[in-house]
Amino acid sequence: MAGSIQVRGLTKSFGTFRAVDDVTFEAAEGTITALLGPSGSGKSTVLRMIAGLEQADVGSVWVAGEELTEASVQDRRLGFVFQHYALFRHMTVRKNVAFGLSVRRVDKGTQRERVDELLELVGLAPFGDRYPDQLSGGQRQRVALARALAPRPQVLLLDEPFGALDARVRQELRAWLDHLHRELGVTSLFVTHDQEEALELANEIVVMNHGRVEQVGPADAIYNQPATPFVAAFVGSSNVLRGTVWERHVHFGHSIVAGAHEIPDGAEAIAYIRPHDIEITSEAGSTSFPVAVERRTDMGWMSKLHLRLEDGQPLVAQLPNDEIEAVEAGQRLFANLRNPKVFAADRAEDESATVPGAVVAPAETETQPQAEAQV
Amino acid sequence: MLQSGFGNGLGNLQDALNSFGAQNAIKLTLMMAFLTAIINGVFGTLLAYIFVRVPFPGRDLLSTVVDLPFAVPTLVAGVMLVALYGPHSTVGGWLERHGIHIIFAPLGILLALLFVTLPLVVRSVQPVLIELDTAEEEAARVLGAGGLTTFRKVVFPALRPAITAGALLAFARSLGEFGAIVFVSGNIPNKTLTAPVLITQLLNPTTFGAVAGPGEAAAVSSLLFLFSFVLVLITERVSSHSLQRAAEL
Amino acid sequence: MSAISTSARADRRKARLWRALMLSVALLYVAVLLLAPLGGIIYYALKEGLGEVGHTFRQSDVRHAFYLTAIIMVVTVIVTTFFGIIVALVLARDRFVGKRLVSALVDLPLAVSPVIVGLMAVLLFGRGGWFEPFFAARGIQVIFALPSMILVTIFISIPFVIREVVPVLQELGMEEEQAAWTLGASRLQTFRRVTLPNIRWGLLYGIALSAARSIGEVGAVLIVSGSLQGQTETATLYILRAFDQYQEQQAYIVALTLASFSIVMLIGIETLKRRASREAG
Repeated sequence: MAGSIQVRGLTKSFGTFRAVDDVTFEAAEGTITALLGPSGSGKSTVLRMIAGLEQADVGSVWVAGEELTEASVQDRRLGFVFQHYALFRHMTVRKNVAFGLSVRRVDKGTQRERVDELLELVGLAPFGDRYPDQLSGGQRQRVALARALAPRPQVLLLDEPFGALDARVRQELRAWLDHLHRELGVTSLFVTHDQEEALELANEIVVMNHGRVEQVGPADAIYNQPATPFVAAFVGSSNVLRGTVWERHVHFGHSIVAGAHEIPDGAEAIAYIRPHDIEITSEAGSTSFPVAVERRTDMGWMSKLHLRLEDGQPLVAQLPNDEIEAVEAGQRLFANLRNPKVFAADRAEDESATVPGAVVAPAETETQPQAEAQV
Repeated sequence: MLQSGFGNGLGNLQDALNSFGAQNAIKLTLMMAFLTAIINGVFGTLLAYIFVRVPFPGRDLLSTVVDLPFAVPTLVAGVMLVALYGPHSTVGGWLERHGIHIIFAPLGILLALLFVTLPLVVRSVQPVLIELDTAEEEAARVLGAGGLTTFRKVVFPALRPAITAGALLAFARSLGEFGAIVFVSGNIPNKTLTAPVLITQLLNPTTFGAVAGPGEAAAVSSLLFLFSFVLVLITERVSSHSLQRAAEL
Repeated sequence: MSAISTSARADRRKARLWRALMLSVALLYVAVLLLAPLGGIIYYALKEGLGEVGHTFRQSDVRHAFYLTAIIMVVTVIVTTFFGIIVALVLARDRFVGKRLVSALVDLPLAVSPVIVGLMAVLLFGRGGWFEPFFAARGIQVIFALPSMILVTIFISIPFVIREVVPVLQELGMEEEQAAWTLGASRLQTFRRVTLPNIRWGLLYGIALSAARSIGEVGAVLIVSGSLQGQTETATLYILRAFDQYQEQQAYIVALTLASFSIVMLIGIETLKRRASREAG
């Protein structure tokens, strides 16, 4: 019952604003795919066009090899989970879940069986006679899922499925959704602005910005080989260092990082460096250079070091506490910057995250300790 | 459509205005509508404020009572006033002896219009007040503003568009009211005859005979209609402004 | 310290006094303006005892007047409900050029005098009116007959359902309806099973207002009906005539009957609505 989703050249404008611009990607049968991007990047509009809730100006939508571009919402038979659940407030949980079956005039007995089965699946069997406003946010989200799954859709579309929930419930539901997907194998496409959610759940991530696709790939490729400055800055936290290219290296003051392969000498470049890709040593090495420690923030299992390069650019490093026991503010040490992602400055010019020194996407630093602790 | 009232140019309008006490009827109508809008603007806002911010037992009941004019036919409202304040009734007779004339006097017209239009203001202000965050009021109190200052500087400005819209609605409604007034006013030309009642009289062959007719009625109507239409446009403008402001917040 | 707490107590007392004052003024206003006249008519209508009430209702012209009012109300409610829902859906759900204008037009009957509405109908359908030849050729009497009376009442009652339903629809949003579509429900199924249950209280209230307005309409009906006793005389027109003929007692009784019907209907719906919202809440 699973099918692939293909989107070809989707374009959509609202007035003069181009919300979605020539978006093409494919979500393979049985996988989970994330549409990741900041708010206003057009990701929700893409999802709604797949469901038929918005009409594309140009482009086509295919599910399981069948073109659905002109089909009505009703005929597409896709499961859709809304961000704010959109449960029918005047119906009980059972009636909500049964809705998709009863409008298709499935006989009562089959309806009852299917509803029982789904309530069991989402762990809400005792709550069948409650109304939506008698449930918690997480429970409502599970009802919404059960309702979408009841008519056995070929694909499941989820719009910010965890967006309205608090952090702990989000973690729980994420793990639960992962489990559910393994069990059912229904092709799923979800929209999120939370990169951690995308990295953890999805087989494949489509990163969007300003209505365009920036990169499509599995989590590790998106994280470790960002195709554009936007992806480097948006996915995971990064230090942003600005310098000049000379013989395939970026120079800032006396410091140098490699990786500027296709940028001509003399051009401005930006290097994105992950806080955990910075190594601190007390002695100079062949690839390291001097930094001053300005401040140390201890976060329990690791610390944030606020460093400054010789040319004045700030830098934030994250290191496990046992590796940097002796480091304190005021020391002069040496840093080795691993895995820099370098882009010509003019490519990154229109992005907001090019301020030198800024560590973007702070969400990760907040939640990472928990995630690591679970591993 | 109504321009059949102007069949022969503006002549009809002028004729109509110069005879049958039309000028005074329109003046009286505007005056009464204006007073109604002001008085119910104040009391309607007060009631809305009480419904939203002052809890007391029987609030639901009072709210239902305030909706009475929506239910009671306007003609019946007029009948009620005559029953209560008529010269043969206990209350009316007593007031009459003390020199307060209600029935067949402008005061009666005003009472009738106030009766009919009260819920229009209350129901226009109430939803805006519900939306208004009490945090703003609390902030003003914390910053040292007294109760009255808080109302004047924080609550009132936020409510002003809704109050204006409600009062304009009451004004427009008052301009056209017939049922509530027809018994109360006594319809004395140049004294208590309002424009809507005059229109029905112009159309009624027993009142003016062959002298007047649909043409004259249409002329007076056109003028009244013009006022109402302008009012609707202003109301629409005011309420969409307030909506915009609410959206910006 | 104690000075502060004293002044805090004084503040609270002042606030309480203010509230008590506001409440008294408001209650007095409502009592004098709304309740006293209601009490007055109940007293004077029933002063002569129930025998007089029975006598009034046995008169054939009174019965016919109520019968006519009932017909006008039923037709008006059916038409304004049907069109009201459609217009409300369009106004709340669709974006189109001229929406503001349509919304203003919907409110127009609230602002325009019923007397003018009646006059317009006379000018359009009466002798020499635009539509007069059309109906005259088919032998249909519009003016001074039931059709025009229903027509003007519908026109005047149109805004109520729309004005009650539009805000409910706007607040509801479209997500539940869209969810129904994605689950395979047709437009009609979505309306019947998702939209209608969600707007039912607003809709019922609008219908009640519409009904109240249609039985109470007098200005417009007076002009188009000709007020022919026993033929085109509605309950309100009967009151008008009874007063002119110094039969105040009968007028009071008929007036009280009309008022009671509307009041009971409106209070009934408000009570049901409150109970429903308490159950849901």
